[in-house]
Formats: sequence, structure tokens, C-alpha cells
Amino acid sequence: MKPAPFQYHRARDVDGAAGLLAELGEDAKVIAGGQSLVAMMNYRLARPGHLVDIAGLRELDRMHRDADGALRIGALTTHHTVESDPAGVLEAGFEVLNRAMTWIGHLPIRTRGTVGGSMAHGDATAEWCLLAVTLGAQFVARGPRGERTIAAGDFFLGYYTTALDPDEILVEIVFPRPAPHAALTEFAERRGDFALVAAAVDLDVEDGEVRSGRVALGGVASAAVRVPEAEAVLADGGSFEACASAAAQAVEPPADASGSTHYRRELVRTLVRRACEEAVSS
Amino acid sequence: MNTDPVVTHPPLQLIALDVNGEQHEVITEPRRTLVDVLRHDLRLTGTHVGCEHGICGACTVLVDERPVRACLMFAAQAEGARIRTVESLSDGDGGLNDLQRAFTEHHALQCGFCTPGFLILADGFLAERPDASKEEIREVVASNLCRCTGYQTIVEAIDACATARRGACATPCDMSAGKEH
Repeated sequence: MKPAPFQYHRARDVDGAAGLLAELGEDAKVIAGGQSLVAMMNYRLARPGHLVDIAGLRELDRMHRDADGALRIGALTTHHTVESDPAGVLEAGFEVLNRAMTWIGHLPIRTRGTVGGSMAHGDATAEWCLLAVTLGAQFVARGPRGERTIAAGDFFLGYYTTALDPDEILVEIVFPRPAPHAALTEFAERRGDFALVAAAVDLDVEDGEVRSGRVALGGVASAAVRVPEAEAVLADGGSFEACASAAAQAVEPPADASGSTHYRRELVRTLVRRACEEAVSS
Repeated sequence: MNTDPVVTHPPLQLIALDVNGEQHEVITEPRRTLVDVLRHDLRLTGTHVGCEHGICGACTVLVDERPVRACLMFAAQAEGARIRTVESLSDGDGGLNDLQRAFTEHHALQCGFCTPGFLILADGFLAERPDASKEEIREVVASNLCRCTGYQTIVEAIDACATARRGACATPCDMSAGKEH
């Protein structure tokens, strides 16, 4: 339960960190809050030869709204900062992020774990990955070849795999439009555990009627996925129950010791319905 | 001053840590976790170590007054931060503070292995949320594992301490005055 030896490098700026990653190659890992990486290193599931610590880059620890209402979250913003939202930047449209934080681990995990770290880690059940897919987030990455923006739909490629190049640093996550009728809910065996299934929805409500919406699931595939079949039901004016059934039929969740495919499908049905109901009551 | 954009550390490195208000220097490998440096290098054995992968919470300490898992943090990452351990709670002569006394009075421990983690978790939480409800306290203590099944009494102890602190000061309440360290 002790990590393998590594060399520790403390980055002073993003470009320096990216340059070092390019130099060190695949044997280097970025560390931010370390709440996934250090556990994996203690288990020796990960044994990077070099760690590049970016936690000192305070310019990546900020959260603000653009004039057009978009929310920009610096990669080093902790889950706890989003949860407590000291500057009130989540008000008027992004309260869903604030509420979703309580599903992430426990308080001492949320005080260290970062939004960017969670996204770059790319766990198939992670709340942040699911929120990004549901809300159509954009990822700003910087590397030796400059800066680029990656859409959420192109970012998560599979189990713990993202579109980030080995020498790129995720610097900012942009949520382009407010989501006043959005919700995330999940089921885990114990409070704070990884979700067996997580569901999130972002509904478009006009005159008290749901016109359309985005539906996404975590824990049913190798990464968080949108469910077009369930979204089609909402666009056709179908009930939340019908939407939830369509989602359950559309997925083929993996089976393991925590639950069969059938069981997870039933969780999808229950959780999508609950998320829809919470979204319209919020 | 070193203006190199990246500082690369050798296999052994000198780490300067601020623990309980005292400055310490430790020469160690970068792979040394904060909890191992606290226990083995600084001999602050009040912080316990259980699972070493962030589940049990026995190693909880405060980093810049926020509860964190000291097994999920390398000591090198803690440079420049203020670290506070369970040893900071008592008055130095072995006298217990109000939170520790509440744990005693409410029988909030049996074997005691998990107790330092719960104490420092509660200390950090109440500093941020002095008006926390019992339900919020219950939610927060789910962070840590107690295998003697003592959660009910732990919740009661923390709630009693918070209630006493709220009663002890004039309104509006400066809760930081309730902390003894």
C-alpha cells in the first residue's frame, strides 16, 4: 500500500508543466488534488515515474460567469468550492452543479479533489463527467502546440481515457448555457461510494411544459453517454415514465458483483424518472 | 530566486512543513504520504492510518483548516500549507478540549482507533458550519468509518459540542472563539 518511487516536479506555470510533460513522455502524470491518482498509486495500479504537480497554479482555481451567462470553471477549482459557491456564481442557472456535489465522495475528498482532475481522470461513473456530457460542456486544453477546445461529446473516449494528449493540461471547463431545470441523481451501495448508475437530465421548460431535454447516464458504458432514445420521447411530449423506460431499453449496462445488467437497467429506469421530477421541481 | 518554470526534485528531497504552528524540515522520498511523514518522521502518532486509499478517514487532518485524507496526499504537496493534527486539540498539558470532552461524555468511542479522524473531521467541519444541523453532522460523519458501530453517539457528541459552542458566545456568534488550540 505504498506507491512506487517517482520524481516529483512542481510546475510554476501551465506552459512549463506542458513542456515537462512533452519531455518526460508517457512516464509522467499530472497531479492536482490527487484524490483518484494517489489511491491508484498506493495500490500500484498506477506507477508513474514522474509526477508534475500543478496544484500551485492558482490562476486555474477560479469560477466565473461570462457576460452571455456561460459558466467558466478553472480546472483546479475543488468540488468543495463549487459546493459552497462563495461568490454566488452558480445562481441563476447552475444550481444543479451545487446540488450535484454532495454525491461526490465525502467532504474530505471534496476539499482536495478538483473539477479538472475528475474530468481528466474520466471515470465512467464520475458525476463531473456526467454533468459535462449532459450540459454540453467544452474543455479548454493547453499544450506545447497551443490551446484548443474540445466538446464534451468528443472528450470522453472510454474507461479512464480522454481526448487530452499526454502533454496537454486541462485548464478550464466551460458550461455554455444556464440549465435552470437540470438534475443529477444516482444510486451507490453506500453514501459516497462510486455510483452503480447515475442519471442526469437538462430539460427545456416553456410555459410550464417540458418541450425537450438532454438525458445522460453514467455507469452503463465505458464513459458517460447521452441517450437519444430517451431524449426523443421528451421531444415528442412523452411522460417522464416513458422517457425513463426508453432510457432503460436503450442501454446494455455491464454486469459485475454489484449488480446484473437487468438490475442496472432497472436503476436507469428509476433514476431517470427521479432526475426528471427533480429537474422540474427545482 | 529560481525562475525555471519547473522545479525538479531529486529522489530525496527536503520538505518544509507547518504542522500545528511549528515549522519542520524533513528529508524524505517524494512518494512519502503526508500521514507517513506525520507519524514516522515527526512522531505525531495521534493521526492514525487505516486503509491507505481514502476510504476509512482514520488519517484525516486539516490542511488550511479543511479536512483532508492524509493518505491521499504526498507530503511534498503540503508544502506551504498549514497542517493541523489531532494533537492540536488538547491544551498541551493533556487537557482535553470541549469537542474531546463531548466525545468522552457521550461515549462516542469504543476501541478509539477511528477517534482522531472523527475529532479532526468534526473540528474542521464545525469551524466552517458552526450552525450545522444534526442531519448535516450525520452526513459528514459518513466520511469516516467506525467499526465499533458508534455513529449514533459520535453524532450526539458533535451536536452537543456545536450546541454548547453556540450557547457560549454572544449573538452574532464568532465561532472561531470556541476553538481551543
